[in-house]
Amino acid sequence: MSGEYLAFLALALVAITGGVLMLNLTKVVHMVIALVFTFISIAGLYVLLSAEFVAVVQVLIYSGAVTIMMLFGIMLTRHQEEEGEKTTTGGFWRKALTAIAVFAFGIAVYLGVYRLDFGEEGARLHENNTEQIGMALYSHYTIPFEIASVILLVALVGAIILAKKDDEGAPKS
Amino acid sequence: MSSVSLSVYLVLALILFCIGLYGALTKRNTVIVLICIELMLNAVNINLVAFAKYGAHPGITGQIFALFTITVAAAEAAVGLAALMALYRNRKTVHIDEIDSLKH
Repeated sequence: MSGEYLAFLALALVAITGGVLMLNLTKVVHMVIALVFTFISIAGLYVLLSAEFVAVVQVLIYSGAVTIMMLFGIMLTRHQEEEGEKTTTGGFWRKALTAIAVFAFGIAVYLGVYRLDFGEEGARLHENNTEQIGMALYSHYTIPFEIASVILLVALVGAIILAKKDDEGAPKS
Repeated sequence: MSSVSLSVYLVLALILFCIGLYGALTKRNTVIVLICIELMLNAVNINLVAFAKYGAHPGITGQIFALFTITVAAAEAAVGLAALMALYRNRKTVHIDEIDSLKH
């Protein structure tokens, strides 16, 4: 029972609880808030895995930006929902079949990974983590880094064009 | 098993991935489907970072890959949400079972 193990247990419990709450809550905003717990505990797991920079990025991007963006999406598309409206698609049998299929997938992957162990440990990952990432990013991965900036630009322009109001003369679909 | 090793992280990521997959397949609100996809991408990121520490060749590369995945996931969320806005303006619904023009 090391401290690392206890921390892992607590963070994993919070992460899975957030996911299960997301599946079971009825209000959409509550589902997103439940997932914030999952995202933050995943950031804690990154710290356990000696990836401090990725942890900070996770908190910034997921718990901050993506969640706020999803909340805006919910608020902008919200219309009066009557009480007791369904939150899932399909009937009981379809959901049961989906659950069985997902469970079977989970079992299949679990059988593959549950005793996977390479017996090695990257002991130097936490020393100057950000510096290591910066060195690798600007030496080995310069081209993917630049392409990522192009992807962000394309996503920015595309999102603006998709979300802006149509012109008056545009054909209504 | 009282020490944290590679397999526990992989199993946790598997559980989160399954939750995300089930939610993405059954939820009715399109925003929730999008955020379930984000959850699945997060599970994959856990795998990448776990392999960066405990994999056959530990190194910083896995973390770099996780960063790139986060970048692409953020771009995907933005574009998906914009498409959802356009859809909502045309169809006045966000329920995924009412968006079925291709079926008729």
